[in-house]
Amino acid sequence: MLKYQFDWSVVTSGKYFEWLLSGLYTTIQLSVVSVILSFILGLIIAIMRMSNFKPVQWFAHGYLEFFRNTPLLVQIFFWYFGSYKILPTAINDWLNRTNFEFGAAVIALTIYTSAFIAEDIRSGVRSIPKEQLEAARSSGFSYIRSMQYIILPQAVRITIPPLINQFLNLMKNSSLAMTIGVAELTYQARQVESYTFKGFEAFTAATLVYVVLSIVITLMVTYYDKRVLSLMKAR
Amino acid sequence: MQTGFDFTVIWINITYFFIGRFPHGPLGGIALTLYLAIIACVLSFIGGLFLGLMSISQNKLVRYLSIAILNIIRGMPLLMVIFWMYFLLPAMMGKTISESWTVIVALTLFTSAYMSQIVKAGVEGIPKGQTEAALSTGLHPWQAMIYIVLPQGLRNMIPSFVNQFVSMIKDTSLAFIVGVSELTQVATQINNRTIIYPTEIFLFIAVIYFFICFAFTSLSRWLEKRLAWRR
Repeated sequence: MLKYQFDWSVVTSGKYFEWLLSGLYTTIQLSVVSVILSFILGLIIAIMRMSNFKPVQWFAHGYLEFFRNTPLLVQIFFWYFGSYKILPTAINDWLNRTNFEFGAAVIALTIYTSAFIAEDIRSGVRSIPKEQLEAARSSGFSYIRSMQYIILPQAVRITIPPLINQFLNLMKNSSLAMTIGVAELTYQARQVESYTFKGFEAFTAATLVYVVLSIVITLMVTYYDKRVLSLMKAR
Repeated sequence: MQTGFDFTVIWINITYFFIGRFPHGPLGGIALTLYLAIIACVLSFIGGLFLGLMSISQNKLVRYLSIAILNIIRGMPLLMVIFWMYFLLPAMMGKTISESWTVIVALTLFTSAYMSQIVKAGVEGIPKGQTEAALSTGLHPWQAMIYIVLPQGLRNMIPSFVNQFVSMIKDTSLAFIVGVSELTQVATQINNRTIIYPTEIFLFIAVIYFFICFAFTSLSRWLEKRLAWRR
């Protein structure tokens, strides 16, 4: 191995530390915005997928299959480079005025993740006994209302651990946003490397942040599984 | 909204999309995507088998070591693993290695961690009585694992392996970042050259990826049903 002088001060203080910090901030911002939007979208798609109206069901099915079986990177490129022919001019103008890279990344991540979240929600709903829906319908709730008040509140509680895992995946996937120039954590680590040639330190710092975040979140899921879900089963 | 798609750009470059500059230059496009995915998948099957067996080992040191490796790899984005390999491998080997192999090593490391979970679940799904019976007939624990438990476990794991292969095909698109000319890279090249057809180009490769991945996803579902029925 070549002789290599370690210099950890590069990533623990000063300008480059601030770069990494701002990268982390962007990563979290990107993940949180996308996860909220993709939860909403995923919920809608899941409900559509379970609807009895065939065309709606087919649409949701096609949506799920298409976006789950296409690489996220291609989707990001599609929205970043190709959205001008798809989106209405007003939205494009707005995106161009604000932050187009960030916006395209949010759109791609949201759509990609919503397909996975929809499947998680659907399997959560499936685990609720059918009699509950029947009971709700026979006491006069409409399909939408019985979903809203009876089925979904329970299903979402069961779905929380897989949802948190999706958030984790989303956080890791958000690193792909660097390919279109969103200055998130991986981008900044790369940037520090090219400015200082201290790649080992920069990548170690970024890796540590990712690994620590993911371990903390995994521990939270384990705790939730043990406490909340076992309580629900006991009832 | 600017309407009007023009897909002739796809037709003009169709061989480039499929095989790159192959007969006169290196392989690229869809062929290279599949090549990367298949090699990395075979390697990570072996890696996953080792890591998975390590993580259910009786030896505490081996078990904790494998769990530490697993958690670190699974906590990292694949892009990060590729960057690590990109600059660690030449330093460790003392010579440059090709971008394709950098990506194959990174994909193998990354996917091994996920494969190992499948192996672990598959082995743990085999009733304990099988191991006990094997041990009481005088087999060594390793022999019991290799001849009795794994062959049964592996059969149940097949659908999950196929799903991992689908993820692998999607993940090869990240080879773009170090300049391997697989499908995504080829598409960005054509996009850079033609400039005004990004929507058509990226829609086209999305559909290509979709057909390949969907075929394997369907295969995995079919296998799952069939294997469940035979049991």
